[in-house]
Amino acid sequence: MTRIDKNPSGGNAAVSVRGLVKHYGETKALDGVDLDVREGTVMGVLGPNGAGKTTLVRILSTLLSPDSGQATVAGYDVIRQPRQLRRVIGLTGQYASVDEKLPGWENLYMIGRLLDLPRKDARARADELLERFSLTDAAKRPASTYSGGMRRRLDLAASMIGQPSVLFLDEPTTGLDPRTRNEVWTEIKRMVGDGVTVLLTTQYMEEAEQLASELTVVDHGKVIAGGAIEELKAKVGGRTLRVRPVDPLQLRPLAASLDELGLTGLAASTVDTERGAVLVPILSDEQLTAVVGAVIARGITISSVTTELPSLDEVFLSLTGHRASAPQDETPAPDLQEVAV
Amino acid sequence: MSATTLSPADIKAEIKDDGRIPLRGHLRHTGALVRRNLLWIRQDPESMFDALLMPVVFTLLFVYVFGGSIGQALGGGQDGYVQYVIPGMIAMMSMTLSQGVGTGFSQDFNSGVMDRFRSLPIGRGSVLFAKVSVELVRMLFATTVLMIVAVLVGFDINSWPGLFAAVGLAAVFASSIMWVFLTLGVILKNAQSVQAMGFLVLFPLQFGSSIFAPTASMPGWLQAFTDYNPLSTLADAARGLMVGGPVAHDLWVTLGWSVAITAVMAPVAIHKFRTKS
Repeated sequence: MTRIDKNPSGGNAAVSVRGLVKHYGETKALDGVDLDVREGTVMGVLGPNGAGKTTLVRILSTLLSPDSGQATVAGYDVIRQPRQLRRVIGLTGQYASVDEKLPGWENLYMIGRLLDLPRKDARARADELLERFSLTDAAKRPASTYSGGMRRRLDLAASMIGQPSVLFLDEPTTGLDPRTRNEVWTEIKRMVGDGVTVLLTTQYMEEAEQLASELTVVDHGKVIAGGAIEELKAKVGGRTLRVRPVDPLQLRPLAASLDELGLTGLAASTVDTERGAVLVPILSDEQLTAVVGAVIARGITISSVTTELPSLDEVFLSLTGHRASAPQDETPAPDLQEVAV
Repeated sequence: MSATTLSPADIKAEIKDDGRIPLRGHLRHTGALVRRNLLWIRQDPESMFDALLMPVVFTLLFVYVFGGSIGQALGGGQDGYVQYVIPGMIAMMSMTLSQGVGTGFSQDFNSGVMDRFRSLPIGRGSVLFAKVSVELVRMLFATTVLMIVAVLVGFDINSWPGLFAAVGLAAVFASSIMWVFLTLGVILKNAQSVQAMGFLVLFPLQFGSSIFAPTASMPGWLQAFTDYNPLSTLADAARGLMVGGPVAHDLWVTLGWSVAITAVMAPVAIHKFRTKS
């Protein structure tokens, strides 16, 4: 399929947002957001509940009108060209937006027809996508009988029917268990491999790191940080290395010697006596290797070494000096009604 | 000339392409959504219970509980009442079943699938047209059940064309009323509120009409209401068509109401649907 470059600015921003504002009464869901997503990349929008992530996605997918500001997707203006815009986007909402009463196959066939595919093509596309998302065995069962992960996969498949050039994923793994989350991540990575531009919202630094190349951190409807994910990670202290010596008496000497050797990142290492581990902030794999080398050099026997990404709270703490805005609700019930904030 | 260069025809196509959906597209989208709603029925046959039971229960109730005494007043006994009330039931059914479109729509809204529909390049009216079409199918099913019960309790079908005309008129009226319930379905928060609101509208309209009993014995103020109530004119027109008697006036008034309600409420429903956040 030959695509004509419809981007009037001539640049390669697949999504471009300028000064976007949306208020609900006193609540400023979006308070002047600027954002660019380059073609073929994955932009992660990280923020706590109520930060404005969903509002942003709903405006970009023409479900909501902004109060002011501009936004274009694939060169189409969200306000003036919503009909053209809808042709080039795919949307996967926070809560799986499939018809639960319909079998998986019927869901995909219906969307194929709504996207003007001829019957034969709509059938073929439904078969193909079920196969690809490993749902062929469940094709004839109502989506209501699917597990959480299957439903998300069906939802992703539904977003892919129209071969969108820009895909919006609104918290695609919120409420999923870790194994299912990995499954969904794998699928998203494959979709990205096909060259689609993705805007992904998430509450998890880990998810952003897995999927996104660039990150925008939002809070209270404002962008508080943005840039390549590596830069931001460095800004917030990269990773945390958790070293657990077998002998708890060696915790403090180990921490002290690491600080002495200057092997830590931005902050000094800390001791977690409760769990018997030394926490070492590190910025690079070299630092990680050096720390392990130092442990060996001192002849300390260790039971485990793990690396952790900073949590959303830690990211916020280091970026803004305050914790992520309350209220925190990590796994909202799936039937929770969307407040669209 | 490189592949990316736009030919004049392309440019023209680009300029002309304002994303409007051609009529064929609307029909295709509505068709796909009708299929969806029909599959719901197949998946959940219990959803047809109301359409199956209502005509049975109401016919038996009215014919055997009230039929004797009202029929006596009419001068034809219970058999006379059957001829009177069955055309009225067709009118009643059109109204009561129309309400289902609102509650169903409200439930739909509280699931994520509406967001998907609204983010697709389809005419947003298609979603509503599909609902109306499927509800009409349900109504025709209920009417068929009604006529079977009617014949069993002794109704004489004098005129088949008259029967079909009456059912057609009821369908036209029902599809206009459905836009009111669709609007309620969009603006009210949940299905329960739609149902509660629906009853507030339905009850006075159904009983303050000539559906179940002639209006001649009602007090003057109530007659003033029943005379303008479209359910009265629909019932009277159906009666005229099915059993005989004057038709024209009631037919035109009913059609007038249908056109007026649709002209006002269909755009309101589609607009509310389009702008709902």
